[in-house]
Amino acid sequence: MGIEHDTLVAISKSWGLFYLIALAIAATAYALWPSNAKRFEHAKNSILDDDDKPLK
Amino acid sequence: MPQRADAAALSYRDCVSAKIKCLRYYRQQKKRVSRDRVSLLFMGDNDMISQLTSTERQYALVILVLMSLCGLVMAAGGRGDPLGVHGFVVLAFSVGLAFVLISGFYAPQPDPEQQTQYYDDPTKVGIALTMAWAVFGMFFGVWVASLLAWPDLTFDQAWSSFGRMRPVHTTGVIFGFGGNALIATSFHVLQRTSRARLSDQLSPWFVLFGFNLFCVLAVSGYFMGITQSKEYAEPEWYADIWLVIVWIVYFAIYLRTLARRKEPHIYVANWYYMAFILVVAVLHIVNNLAVPISFGSAKSYSLFSGVQDAMTQWWYGHNAVAFFLTAGFLGMMYYYLPKHAGRPIYSYRLSIISFWGITFFYMWAGSHHLHYTALPQWVQTLGMSFSAMLLVPSWASAGNALATLNGAWHKVRDDATLRFMMVAAVFYGIATFEGSFMAMRPVNALSHYTDWTVGHVHAGTLGWNSMIVFGAFYALVPWLWKRESMYSPKLVEVHFWLALAGAVVYVFAMWNSGIIQGLMWRTYTENGVLAYSFLDSVEAMHPYYIARAFGGLLFLTGTIICSYNIWMTVRAGKALATDNDAEGDIPVFARNAVQAGE
Repeated sequence: MGIEHDTLVAISKSWGLFYLIALAIAATAYALWPSNAKRFEHAKNSILDDDDKPLK
Repeated sequence: MPQRADAAALSYRDCVSAKIKCLRYYRQQKKRVSRDRVSLLFMGDNDMISQLTSTERQYALVILVLMSLCGLVMAAGGRGDPLGVHGFVVLAFSVGLAFVLISGFYAPQPDPEQQTQYYDDPTKVGIALTMAWAVFGMFFGVWVASLLAWPDLTFDQAWSSFGRMRPVHTTGVIFGFGGNALIATSFHVLQRTSRARLSDQLSPWFVLFGFNLFCVLAVSGYFMGITQSKEYAEPEWYADIWLVIVWIVYFAIYLRTLARRKEPHIYVANWYYMAFILVVAVLHIVNNLAVPISFGSAKSYSLFSGVQDAMTQWWYGHNAVAFFLTAGFLGMMYYYLPKHAGRPIYSYRLSIISFWGITFFYMWAGSHHLHYTALPQWVQTLGMSFSAMLLVPSWASAGNALATLNGAWHKVRDDATLRFMMVAAVFYGIATFEGSFMAMRPVNALSHYTDWTVGHVHAGTLGWNSMIVFGAFYALVPWLWKRESMYSPKLVEVHFWLALAGAVVYVFAMWNSGIIQGLMWRTYTENGVLAYSFLDSVEAMHPYYIARAFGGLLFLTGTIICSYNIWMTVRAGKALATDNDAEGDIPVFARNAVQAGE
C-alpha cells in the first residue's frame, strides 16, 4: 500500500480538522452575512407566491 | 353602493361559469371513462406524447431502438446466464415503451403556448410509479417480516427465500418508492422555485423510465439470485452502469433548468436535491467499481477486498441514508411544508447552515457501521465523532420544520396532510437522535446485529421518509391534476392514523426485541459462559416478530388506501373551477386568498 496508516492519521488530525473548521466558518459567515439577508428573505417568501407559471 | 353590486354581479357570473364548467367537466368525464384507464391516470387533459415535439419523439424512438439493441446483445451474449434473461427484460421494456410512443407518433404538433407553463407530465407519471412501487415494496416487507415469524411462508421456493426477498423489499421501498418520489417531486420543486420550465421534455422521461428500468432489473435479478452482496447496492455491474448514465442526465436536467431560472437565489430545497443527485452518483460509482467475470455473465467481483471493501460499502451505505433518504427528502420538506402551511420556513439561515453541516459531516460517519471489526480503531472513532456532531444539523432541520408550524397548530390539527409532514419532522428528529446515539461504540456493542438497528431504520423510513412523501403527495396531487381537494379527505385521515399506528407498533416491537436480543447475547453465568444460546434469543423474538409484521401490515393498508385515494382524485375528483383554464394551475390550498366577491 502506498499510503501508510500513520500518514492518513496525521492528515486527518491536521488538515482534516482545519478544513472542517474553515468550512464551518465559511458556511456560517455566508448564512449570517448582513447583505445576504434581503436575498434570503425574498427566497423564503417567494415560494409562497401563488402564480403557478414560469416567468417570461 | 356600486362596489357591492359589482361584487354581487361578479359572484353571480362566477356561479354561472362554474355551472357551465361543471357541465363541461361532467361531459369530459363521461368521455374519459370510455378511454383507457391507465392512460387516464397518466394524462391530464392532453395526451402526453402529443406534448412532445416531433424532434423529441424522433429522439425518443432512437433511444428506445438503441436500448432494444442493447437488450438483444445482452440476451445473445448472456445466453445460458441470468444476464440473458435481463437482456430480454431490457428488450421488452424498450419495445413496450416504443409501442406507446409510436401510438402517438403522428399526433399533431404541440401548442407552442405550452412553453409558457410548467412541464408536469413526468411528475404525474412519477407519482403513479411511486405508489405502485410503494405497494409492491411494502407488500414484500410484510411478507419477509412474516417469514421471520412463520418460516414456512417461503412455500419451498428458491425465489421466496429470505435472502432474495429481503433485497426485493429494501430496493422496492428505497429505490422504487423513495427514488420515484424524489424524481417526481424534484421536477416539480425545481420548476416552481426557479420559475422556469424544465430545460427540455425528453430527458425527464429518460430519467424517470431509465431509473425504473434499473429498479426492475434489480428486483427481478434478486428473484433469480443475482446479487453482488453489497447492502443497498445489490444490482450487478450492467445495471450499475445503466444507472450512472441515467443519473448524469438527471443532474444535467437540474443544472440546465437552474441556468434558466428567473429567481436570483437558488431556493434551499434545490441545494438538497442537488446534493442528493451529485453525491449519490459519486457513492454509486465508487462502491460499484467491479470487474465482471466476462461480458456474457452477470457475476462480477469488487475491486476492493477485505476491510477496504467493508469500509467502501459502509461509506456508501451510510451516505445512501444521508443523501438518498435524508438530503432529497429534506428538499421535499423545505418546499412542501412551508408551501402547504402557507408560512415561510422559520429560519432560512438555519436551513443553510444545516445544509452544509449535513453534507460535510455525513461523509465521514459510515465507519460507525464497523465498530469492533478489523477496521482501524481511529477510523471507527472518526465515524463515531462525526455521527455525534451530526445531531446538530439534523435537529436544526427538524426544529426548523416544527418552528415553521409554530402558530399554525390549528392547521396541523385540522389538516391530515400537514399532520403527515409534522409527524415526519418529529420522526426525523427521533431517528437522527437515535442514530447518533447508536453510533457510540459502547451503545453499538449492545445494538449492533440486533433488531434495534432494524427498528431505527424503520423509524426513519416509515416515520420520516414515507410520511413526508405522503404529505407532499396529498398536497401535490390536487394541485397537479387541478382538483379542489383529494377525492376523500376522510381517507387521508384514515391513512394518517394507520401509518402512524403501523410505524409506532413496528418501532416499539423492534426496540423491545433488539434490546432483549442484545442483552441475551451478552449475559454470562457466574461460571463465565453465555447464559443463553443463540436459539434461545431467536425463540424470545417470536412475539415481537408477529407484532412487527402486524405493524407493517397496518402501514401497507394505509399505503393501499392512499393509492386508491390518489387514483380516485385523478379519475373522479372535483375539478377546480377557475376563470381561465390556462391559469388553472393554482395550488389548491392557496386559492382562498383570491376568491372573488370577498
